[in-house]
This record gives sequence, C-alpha cells and structure tokens, in this order.
Amino acid sequence: MTLSTSSGPAIEVAGLRKAYGDQVVLDGLDLTVAPGTVFALLGPNGAGKTTTVQVLSTLLPADAGHVRVLGHDLLDQPDAIRAGIGVTGQFSAVDGLLTGAENLALMGDLHHLGKAERSRRTAELVERLDLTDVVGQAASTLSGGTRRRLDLAMTLIGRPRLIFLDEPTAGLDPRSRRVMWGIVREQVASGVTVFLTTQYLEEADQLADRVAVLDGGRLVAEGTPVALKRQVPGGSIRLQFADAAALDAAARAFADAVRDDSELTLSVPGDGRVSSLRDVLDRLDLAAVEVADLSVHTPDLDDVFLALTGRHEQERSLG
Amino acid sequence: MTALAAATADTATMLRRRLRHLIRYPSLTVALIGLPVVFLLLFVYVFGGTLGAGLGSGMGSASGGRAEYADYLMPGIVVFTICAGAQGTAISVAMDMTSGIIARFRTMAIARSCVLTGHVLGSMVQTLLGEAVVLGVAIAVGARPTAGAADWLTAAGLVVLATLALTWLSVALGLASKSVESASNTPQLLILLPFLSSAFVPTDSLPAWMRWFAEHQPFTPLIESLRHLLYGGPLGSDLAVAVGWCVGIMLLAWAWARTLYARRPVR
Repeated sequence: MTLSTSSGPAIEVAGLRKAYGDQVVLDGLDLTVAPGTVFALLGPNGAGKTTTVQVLSTLLPADAGHVRVLGHDLLDQPDAIRAGIGVTGQFSAVDGLLTGAENLALMGDLHHLGKAERSRRTAELVERLDLTDVVGQAASTLSGGTRRRLDLAMTLIGRPRLIFLDEPTAGLDPRSRRVMWGIVREQVASGVTVFLTTQYLEEADQLADRVAVLDGGRLVAEGTPVALKRQVPGGSIRLQFADAAALDAAARAFADAVRDDSELTLSVPGDGRVSSLRDVLDRLDLAAVEVADLSVHTPDLDDVFLALTGRHEQERSLG
Repeated sequence: MTALAAATADTATMLRRRLRHLIRYPSLTVALIGLPVVFLLLFVYVFGGTLGAGLGSGMGSASGGRAEYADYLMPGIVVFTICAGAQGTAISVAMDMTSGIIARFRTMAIARSCVLTGHVLGSMVQTLLGEAVVLGVAIAVGARPTAGAADWLTAAGLVVLATLALTWLSVALGLASKSVESASNTPQLLILLPFLSSAFVPTDSLPAWMRWFAEHQPFTPLIESLRHLLYGGPLGSDLAVAVGWCVGIMLLAWAWARTLYARRPVR
C-alpha cells in the first residue's frame, strides 16, 4: 500500500468528456474529492452518474480529460488504481451460481488473502452485514436487498481505500438502506474515501461531506449539503384537479405555482406547516375551485433541479 | 508475489469458479455429453449395419458389419464430442458476460486473461470428461482400437490440442455474440462440419464437389490421424496437417477472444 499518495486528493477530474456516438454523456466534468470524505454525485436517471463511476473505476475509457484516482493516472496506471478501489453498483455484481460464502471466498482469493485472513474477514463481514442466515444459499436466490449487502461485503473484503457506490440504496427496503448507511459511516471513520451516486437528496444529506449536482453531463452545483439545501425552496403543496377548467381557475389564484397540464396538477410553493396549508385552502375557497387531491411535498431532487437549473426533471427528459 | 505467480493463482481461482458452476449446473454437461453418445448409438445401431456393409476396403477388410462401423465411427465421434463441448462453452461464456460479476472483475487488479483462461480450462475438463464417457460407450458397443501405448498417447495429445483450439474458438464466438441465444446458434456450424468430413462415411463415397470440401476442411485430417493412430495404417501428412490446423485456429481464436474481451463495453 502506498502511503505517499494518501495526502493528495483521492480523485481529481478535469475536463472529463464521454460520448456514445452523438450522445454526449459527460460534457467537461471537473471535480475533486478529498481523502477520507464522502462525496455524493446527485442527479436524475440519465444524468451521467453511472458513466462517471464507470470511467473513474477504469471500466470505461474517457474520450478526453485528465483523471487521477488515488494519485495514479487513469490512462497510465489503471492496475494501480484497481488495487486500491472497490465498486458496488446498482446492478449486483455477484456470481449467481455460487453461494454467498463462495462469492466471498472468490473475492478473498483474487485479493490474495491468506487462508486465515480470508476466513477472518469473511466472518467479520457476514456478521456486520447481517448475512449469517443466507451465506450458504446460491446468490441468485437471494432477495434484492440481501444481494446488495453481499455485493458490498465482496467489495469490502479487499479493504479498498476508495469505494465507489453507484446508487447503493436504489430499490432497497428501509432496513437494508440503514445498514448500507451505517457501513458507509464506519468506512469513512476508518479513513476510507467514498464516492457515492444517488437520486435521493436525503441520502446525500445524511452521508456526504460534499455534494455535486450533475445535469446534462456537467456539474451545476457543488458544495456542502447545507449550502446546497439553502438554494432549494422549502417544498410545495401539490394540488390535483378533476379537469382542465378547475386547473385553469386554480392557476389564476396561484401566480407563483408550477402547473402540469398532462397530470392536471399544480405545485404551490410552501412547506408542510399548518398555516401555509390553511392559506392555500383559503385561496382555493375564494376562487371556488374543487380539489380532487392534495399532498404536501418536501424538498427532493426535483426541487433541487428546479432551483439550480430552472427546469423540472420531467421537462428535462422530454426535451 | 510476482506478476506470473499472481496470474497463475488468479487463473486457478477462475478455474475453481467454473468447476463450481459445472457442478451447480450439471444439466448442461449432461446434455453436452449426451449428444455424442446418442449419435454414437444411433449411427452404430440404426445405420451401422448398412453403413458397415458399404465401408468397402477403406478399413482394410473387404466389407464389414455393425462392429466394423463402430470402429470406423469412433474417431469421428471423439471429434464430434469436442464440437458439442465447444457449443456449451460459447453459451457459458455469453451467459457469464451478461452477469455483473465480470464488470467487477474488470475493476480489480487481476490479470485480464485469467477470466477467459478459467473458462477454457473449465471447458477442457468438461469436454475431456465427455471424451472418457464417449470412449467407454464406443468400446461397449463394439469398437476395438488396436493401438499401442505410444499411439494412444499421441492420439490423446491430439485430442487435447484440438479441444484447446476449438474451446478458444468457442470462447471467442461466445464473446462475439450479442445474446445468449445467438451464442447457442453460431457454433452449430461446428456441429455440422464433422458431417461434411470423414467422420461418418469415407470421403470417397461423397459427390465430387463435396469430397473436395471434405478432404480440405480441418476435421478430416484430424479424424484420419486419430483413425490411423488408433487402428494402424499410414499416417502420411495427416498428423502434421491436423496439428497445423489446430495451432493456427488456436492462435487466431486466442487473439480474437482477447481483443473482444478488451473491447467489449460494459452494460
């Protein structure tokens, strides 16, 4: 293990570009990740999060740009990078025909752990990741959440100094999500760097030291979660109408609302406090509009996008 | 650990992984060994009487029956077994490449070649196991090779070499195929080729244009070499031609497979 590189940034990216044919996925990405921190890359589907992870973890070649990971140049020393990283993606990277224990042994062997070290690490991770009951089953028979935990155990067995987690909790039940978050915190406490991608603002908020928002292959914002949330409005109250006439009438009553004609909804800025709810209801009464349904919406990624790019995620995907 | 020692250890790990797959998923192995066994029984018991009578002077005796045909067929079925195994390899490789574990291997500091080499060695074990079964059945139905120990050894070496070549070829075909379904179709050609060789009938019984093809395609010198090694007779240039074909196919397929593996995009 090279300690000389641990003082510099864990990841340095400058001008990273990647395109598939005409489709530009990453359009000049710049970012720096300090060692021993959690960096969250936040963005909707198709923003280029997975592509970023694939390039940084040596899976995909970049078209242009300079990348250094753990102090090594991506082009010149990919194997030096591979020796220090671990990757857990949203698609499970386990061998479905092998059991959980055999999968862990496979990783232990490929990391050239001695037999004693291998069993010790395996026992430790099985215990920590709550895999005791399932470690003898074929991995293909495990549930999504369990398989993801096995996947993470396989990543951790080699003691990586930098872990890439590509949407680690997408589709997970709350319990598996908590376990995942706990592991991330432990790893960072022991000096490991974590590069996380997520669609959930809450996840970035919970875990990350720094958050970057990716949109259309570029970073549109970067900062601490607190700084980022400051740019996001408080939330909204979502009104659902039965027909277009009701939507029109309501839209006149709320000049600052965002309307969605296809869904027949209106998003009125406001938080979940009773007073703001009452205010909305009063104005609806005054305009004599019937509301089919009402829900209170706390800030999420869509709001971050609206605030940072002036566009809705839905609009983005349409245009 | 030196680079070579690490690569060797990683290849052994990948081989263990493949052998576990074979044990976990035995139906594929059974099907692959079953195909040549069924063909052997079919040709010896259904067609063997007629085909044996038509062998002519090709096998030394003036004409023969079912037992003579079993002798004639055995080298061809041995080669056919390699082809059946190759089809299984292409399917296994294509299936493996669609699984996320391969992407994980690519992000680890392991020799790139060891995943493919593990596949090749695993398939070799599978095919050579099949050869043992096929040989046993062939002897049970009446084949009586007359070879001495040295000729048996040469024949075994040739079978191992041919298996190596066709396995690398099927690994490349498995990598080149877009889906598991097409991976099971492409190597069908390998199953067909032995029929257009001297495997089932002597080439001089074929129409002239087909005879030309049969005599110049790689399977015929391979089968003829095995036939002469196991049953005596003049080897001629067959052995050299067969070894040449095998080495040539192996090197090209190996280079092709490596290029495909390096180039293949991740999901």
